[in-house]
Amino acid sequence: MKRNSIAFWIGAAGFLAAVFVMTQVVANQYPFFAGYVIMQFIALAVAWSILGGYAGYVNFGTSAFYGVGVYASVFLVNAFGAPLPLQILTAAAIGALMGFALGLLTLRMQGIFFSIATIALTIIIETTITNWRYVGGAAGIQIQRPAVTAPFDYYVQMLFFVQALLVVLAVAISRYIQNSWIGRGLQALRDDELAAECTGVPTMGLKLLACVISGALMCAVGAPAAMYLQYADPASAFNLNYSVSTLAMSLIGGTAHWSGPIIGAILLGTTQQLLAVTISSEVNVLVLGLMLVLFVVGAPEGIIGLIRKLRGSRKEGEV
Amino acid sequence: MKPRGNKLDIVRLPGKNRAGDRIPRHGLIGKRLKSGQGGPQLFSLDLLLDAVVIGVLLGCFYGAVSLGLSVSFGLLDVPHVAHPAFLVLASYAVYFLNEQYAVDPLVAGFLITPVFFLFGLAAYRLYYETFEKRGSDAGVRGIAFFFGVAFIIEVLIILQFGVDQRSVTADYIGKAWRLGDIRIPYRLLVAFAVATALTVLLTLYLSRTFMGRAIRAVAQDQEALRLMGTNPVKIKQRAFGIATAVLGVAGALLIIVAPVDPTLDRAYIGRTFCVVVMAGLGSMGGTLVAAIILGVAESIVLTMFGASWAPAISFAMLLGILAVRPQGLFGRRS
Repeated sequence: MKRNSIAFWIGAAGFLAAVFVMTQVVANQYPFFAGYVIMQFIALAVAWSILGGYAGYVNFGTSAFYGVGVYASVFLVNAFGAPLPLQILTAAAIGALMGFALGLLTLRMQGIFFSIATIALTIIIETTITNWRYVGGAAGIQIQRPAVTAPFDYYVQMLFFVQALLVVLAVAISRYIQNSWIGRGLQALRDDELAAECTGVPTMGLKLLACVISGALMCAVGAPAAMYLQYADPASAFNLNYSVSTLAMSLIGGTAHWSGPIIGAILLGTTQQLLAVTISSEVNVLVLGLMLVLFVVGAPEGIIGLIRKLRGSRKEGEV
Repeated sequence: MKPRGNKLDIVRLPGKNRAGDRIPRHGLIGKRLKSGQGGPQLFSLDLLLDAVVIGVLLGCFYGAVSLGLSVSFGLLDVPHVAHPAFLVLASYAVYFLNEQYAVDPLVAGFLITPVFFLFGLAAYRLYYETFEKRGSDAGVRGIAFFFGVAFIIEVLIILQFGVDQRSVTADYIGKAWRLGDIRIPYRLLVAFAVATALTVLLTLYLSRTFMGRAIRAVAQDQEALRLMGTNPVKIKQRAFGIATAVLGVAGALLIIVAPVDPTLDRAYIGRTFCVVVMAGLGSMGGTLVAAIILGVAESIVLTMFGASWAPAISFAMLLGILAVRPQGLFGRRS
């Protein structure tokens, strides 16, 4: 376990260093635009799977958290001209509170009731923002990017690096949870909630904790998006597509291990980027739906499960 | 929806980028507000009565679009999130028949019913083989599966018909019936009549016929039925077929009441699930009552606060019911 940890942190540092070098060397802005979106989805998928993967509560409210993150920074920029780190921290705090409230309200519901309740929450928040004129209402709002600071040439490069930091943070948290008693408790309640409760797992507390962490991360991921787009409107910030993409990425990658959502997000995110550029955004959603259905039917354990199966059968063959 | 020509649009996944588009869905109450008298400040008794009448009619229509879900989710426990997507698909089928062959929308609705029945049979078979049979974790993957199906249907409709709103033509569309001060559009009356008839028929079918009773029995205790020598899967499959077949007519009503667009199913996730959960899973009579409550609530909120709050009403009611009384108003489970 210790050795794994060292390897993980070296990998994370290497990833950040590579991202930083890329921002200094690559002049073309497009890779940063595309990479930003993919990293955003990695962070969202990893955050989603803390509640959805480990605990088995299918949260369709990803877009609610993401959208609140977007609008938290819209509000902060509008009202105080707040800098990016403050936007992200505030968004994370709001997300944690939101996760807590969502948890209290809905975690007694199970299965589809929980999922439907999270969709309901998304639509209600979206409608509220739509009717809130200060942040632009239904028409949306334009946001000016502040001047970019020191080592970066463009603001998007900085956002790219910030998003990479968020990815590392999300993955580290997810990995820590999986390896600690929290993760074991969540997995126990995922398999059988009643049995877990009977053997002394504090199920309600753990679910709330998962909700809070997952919510804080999702909101934090949403915060820089307002700056990335320089524009925010409720219909796209709260789009259900975020929820379904995130869910699809986690399920396609596999929810049994922290690396599953990363694999899924890279695979599906890259495919979507390529399709959106080369064909059209409708086909992009079609592929999302098809891949979701195919994986859920054909490979219920995701890519991680497929790899494990492959390894397992190879070992059997050797023996 | 076309990209705006800069790369930033890549992040905005398609679907609906048009906040204004989904708001005035039923437009009936909105028009009255625009006509001057009343409005949010002056809320008269006339307006309230008007809202209630329209709400009841609208409610019966909501009942009809929720009937199928009441069977598939309420009785069979299938997490059928794609139900509204099938509904919109039916609307487009009706639109196609109406546009190409000038078939009356209601007749078209009945014409596509057998196709939808077969479709439902196949869909349940697939669902059963891949999820219920496997057992563990069926819930999570089942929901994801149906969401995927809903997305696929949405995109296929967009690729075939585009993102614009579509409507049908018939004699009774566009005219209205004056009753004192209240103006009731005929299309709403037609939807009301057919919806009520459909609900009554399905209720009778489930309570009087042998097959209907078997469906309700399988919902209560599948094992007992197996012991008595029947095949519960066959019965469930038949029930799911019926639930999907009803959507044919419901889809016709949907496009009669108001124009449809490919992503309309997202608004109806809230409405249909709200009705079914409020009714208490599987109660047909309850479905109608719950739908009327939703219709009246929606209509009154629209009149008082305006159309921009419309999408949230059904979802807020749903959330409230789930938090306070998850077994629904007429629930069979506690």
